[in-house]
Amino acid sequence: MVVSAGGVIGALARYGAGTAWPSPWSTLVINVVGCLAMGCLMVVVVELRTPHPLVRPFLGIGVLGGFTTFSSYCADFQRMLGENVLLAFTYLLGTLALALMAVTAGARVTRRLAGAR
Amino acid sequence: MNGALQVAIGAAVGAPLRYLVDRAIPRPSGFPWGTVVVNVVGSLVLGVVVGWGDWLPLLGTGFCGALTTYSTFSYETLVLAESGDRRRAFATIAVSLIAGLAAFWCGLAGAHAVAG
Repeated sequence: MVVSAGGVIGALARYGAGTAWPSPWSTLVINVVGCLAMGCLMVVVVELRTPHPLVRPFLGIGVLGGFTTFSSYCADFQRMLGENVLLAFTYLLGTLALALMAVTAGARVTRRLAGAR
Repeated sequence: MNGALQVAIGAAVGAPLRYLVDRAIPRPSGFPWGTVVVNVVGSLVLGVVVGWGDWLPLLGTGFCGALTTYSTFSYETLVLAESGDRRRAFATIAVSLIAGLAAFWCGLAGAHAVAG
């Protein structure tokens, strides 16, 4: 139930962003922002404190899981491949690189902020 | 039906299904099979939905979008990399990307073949 509710919120936010800016690049921004938030959240949940048991299912698996998407990423790449091969691969590898940097940055900054307290 | 309502209904099913699949699939070696499976299956289904061309908000944006995840994929890759298991971290990326793209393409080609 909690995962479902979080997933609906995340997916509606993604749908809203996609409607306001219908482009593969909105999917890129969504995925990168979601990864940044996931890096922060998981450090808090796993390393820093024992939160309410529903925080991780609701925010992590639900909201952020529902917000970010792998299937649209594959669909965007496939569609772009038919139009501009270079741009398609820039999108494919750019999303991957930025997402990994974002989740790493989220985790490291959160750890540093927690350590500085 | 309203687009946002379709997305909400699809996501209400897709997100918990991802949770259940991830819990049902064991990961004895630390390789995140659950996330890989939902991402590949979700990409296959999205290929079929896009090829079919109908119910895109409900099944595509809602169900497949919520079934698949980029945030958990990148977090699990980070966990593997931070634990020193660079080989499995790289394998997670390679398997997800190659299988996900292949699955989407198969779904799309299959739907086009059936639709004629």
